[in-house]
Amino acid sequence: MDTELNIARRNFLKVSATLGAGLTLAFYLPASLGAARKFATSNDTFMQNAFIRIGTDSQVTVIVKHLEMGQGVFTGLPTLIAEELDADWSQISVKAAPADAKLYKNLAWGAPQGTGQSNSMANSFDQMRQAGATARAMLVTAAAEQWGVSTEEITVSKGIVQHRNSKRKANFGELADKASQMPVPDNVKLKDMKDFQYIGKPVVRKDTMEKLNGTAKYTIDMQQTGMLTAVVAHPPLFGAKVKSYDASKTKAIKGVIDVVQIPTGVAVLAEGFWPAKLGRDALKIEWDTSTANILGSDEILQQYKVLAKTSGAVVRSEGNADKALAGASKRVAAAFEFPYLAHAAMEPMDCAIALTETGCELWHGEQFQTLTQLNVSKALGIKLDQVKINTLYAGGSFGRRGNPSSDYQLEATHIVKAIAGRVPIKLLWTREDDMRAGFYRPLNYHTLEAALDDKGNIVAWHHRIVGQSILAGTPIEGVMLEKGHDPMSMEGANDMPYRSPNVLVDLHSPKINVPVLWWRSVAHTHTAFSIETFIDELAAKVDKDPVEFRREQLAGEPRLLNVLNLAVEKSGWGKPMTKGRGRGIALHKSFNTYVAQVAEVTVTKDGKVKVDHVTCAVDCGIAVNPEIIASQMQGGIGFGLSAAMKGAITLKNGKVEQSNFHDYEPIRMNEMPHVDVHIVPSNEAPSGVGEPGVPPIAPAVCNAIFMATGIRIRSLPISLHDLSDT
Amino acid sequence: MLTLLVNGEKRQVDVSPDTPLLWVLRDDLGLTGTKYGCGMALCGACTVHVNGEAVCSCVTPVSALAGKKITTIEGLSRNSDHPLQKAWAVEQVSQCGYCQSGQIMSAAALLAKTPHPSDADIDHAMTGNICRCGTYQQIRAAIHYVAKQGD
Ligand code: FES
Ligand code: FES
Repeated sequence: MDTELNIARRNFLKVSATLGAGLTLAFYLPASLGAARKFATSNDTFMQNAFIRIGTDSQVTVIVKHLEMGQGVFTGLPTLIAEELDADWSQISVKAAPADAKLYKNLAWGAPQGTGQSNSMANSFDQMRQAGATARAMLVTAAAEQWGVSTEEITVSKGIVQHRNSKRKANFGELADKASQMPVPDNVKLKDMKDFQYIGKPVVRKDTMEKLNGTAKYTIDMQQTGMLTAVVAHPPLFGAKVKSYDASKTKAIKGVIDVVQIPTGVAVLAEGFWPAKLGRDALKIEWDTSTANILGSDEILQQYKVLAKTSGAVVRSEGNADKALAGASKRVAAAFEFPYLAHAAMEPMDCAIALTETGCELWHGEQFQTLTQLNVSKALGIKLDQVKINTLYAGGSFGRRGNPSSDYQLEATHIVKAIAGRVPIKLLWTREDDMRAGFYRPLNYHTLEAALDDKGNIVAWHHRIVGQSILAGTPIEGVMLEKGHDPMSMEGANDMPYRSPNVLVDLHSPKINVPVLWWRSVAHTHTAFSIETFIDELAAKVDKDPVEFRREQLAGEPRLLNVLNLAVEKSGWGKPMTKGRGRGIALHKSFNTYVAQVAEVTVTKDGKVKVDHVTCAVDCGIAVNPEIIASQMQGGIGFGLSAAMKGAITLKNGKVEQSNFHDYEPIRMNEMPHVDVHIVPSNEAPSGVGEPGVPPIAPAVCNAIFMATGIRIRSLPISLHDLSDT
Repeated sequence: MLTLLVNGEKRQVDVSPDTPLLWVLRDDLGLTGTKYGCGMALCGACTVHVNGEAVCSCVTPVSALAGKKITTIEGLSRNSDHPLQKAWAVEQVSQCGYCQSGQIMSAAALLAKTPHPSDADIDHAMTGNICRCGTYQQIRAAIHYVAKQGD
């Protein structure tokens, strides 16, 4: 486990104290069978622990504690259970866990339940396998008792329990009842890697069918008797408030039922989205903008540039970088600019909520159940465990549905509170609401300076980062490092992998009234870009091939070196290219996963960039599902490329200039390069794949553009730059 | 009252005539497979067929649909066994899945006219459908898969 995780864990423990959640609950909720059966839905269901239910029909239901948002967790975690249970893949079905941190906490975080930092697989790997192996052991004991034979003589394969000599057989359903009365073993042996039947092999995703015939249920699809749809008029500026409003025109619209003021604006409740939206558009609102942000993004960037001339808080220091830079013969310096970015998940933010006799109940795609329980319970003045969350499929998230301030969930809460819970409500944001609501990837400004010796080795490195803190002011700011530094502003930079005797990394975290949040791969989205394009500049300075230079300068990083070599080999690095084409490499470690990518681009005479092909090498430890790993790499590359090519949220006088996919446009079919993914075979514990595909793509593409044009891109997106050959 | 012909059935709806088809399908007819993504004909999540043509239901007022045949993802096949749906399973296309109803409807309209599309044909027909999860490579493969099966 790396330090970051340890720190996160330690601080989540602190959080847990405030949440009042228990700290010591072991994995086996049932120490005794009585406890195990308390959760059974019916007597004939064997519910061995919080994660598995086996019915008398042999259906194995796997309870998944993480949000399925496309990353494949509804397949990956059940794979682990199927493996150790020796079940047949077809008998496995999947259910989302309820919000209950005692049972379903994220083990990498300590106490709260949630999905993030690409750690779903990593934190569940042992837990789920143990759950499967325990259930298997109990089925075997049950069979042994029933047949009067020793457990040693029993085998299990594809859901069939069999006695070797007598050939007696039973399926799980036939044994479920008896198995539930067997003692829960303390210790179970997990399989040896060489015996894996499912792990490492492609299995069909469990969410396949529902997602190709329109039956998969997302928040937007929630329907309930009496449920009204809410559309909200939001303030035009961050921090603005409603001064007064006139809803007379709105109330005249057929289908509009109610209009209520809430802390974040004015909500129109109607029978369906369309009347609610028409009603929202017909509102007349006067806003109080006295405390609102009126800065534009250009002004924010200018402030950051000034700040970058001064020393920030030191987050890594070895040797004396200042001195080494001052005395160096070869020095290279560069500055980098990164805009705000919106997540723009395909399903705009939405949340359904009802007040109930026991508290309240929510239905939505939640990444961070425990914090939303906390925030909603505070807003309603009830206890945390009175907030029931039904986690539905999310139509994409990329971090957005895991907001520590639960912004849209609280908005829904305030609406249902304002109508005293008369009916359940479903809050739907329009694309425009979603894009203008903030919680962006922070705007960032970096400076980098390095010195090289005569042999071409890096002898000094100074990386300065200016960007808003993501964690400051949230209920989990305890995760910040000592002295209050936000790891989510600098991860990837404070642990940059290149060898240098003198290293300084410092950080400014200015306060700006624009809400920010983690965005698929968090700080790695910008730190990897500065480092990996800068390394190319250094290689050029000493006339070395960018790959050779990296190989020489990587310090004690065998896994990074490995993915570098694999990507190089598979990409045909060094093969001549025609004029206007270029090849670029970048590598980066994030969330304990190592990725290298080689991008091939064509830049036309009039300056249009097309990314033709990407070779991606990834080392994520044991590859549980190679197909999902490949699609997560491809997806991450598509996501990172959207931002690199044209993604930017800009503000003018405080107002967000973008609103929909015409001015904040993800890449489309014709812009997606072919991506070849190569997975490093490994025995290491599995690490995440949801995010690590993102960081290397922007620097790989910009390094390729340099090779094609000789132009260095140091500010994103690429569309800002004139690359025409004139 | 307006009468719509949806997935082979006559359905009566009581909505104002300028209501986009998308919201009538979703909120009045309970056909929620068709998704909202932008409301401005920019993303294709709401794609349905009107007389066999792929259209964005988010900008198509119901008043324009009298007597026309509307097909949604729910009506594309009886048992989720349209060749494209099978191919989507083979290629394991979906990630979050939210865009996929629209992707499949656009691809179905393409294949109905062009059974053996080139990559350029696919680019042309599918460029209106955004997939934020980046499943484009699998979508392309699935369309080619169907074209090959037809041989
Ligand atoms: S919702 Fe109709 S095209 Fe986006
Ligand atoms: S699969 Fe998520 S948007 Fe396409």
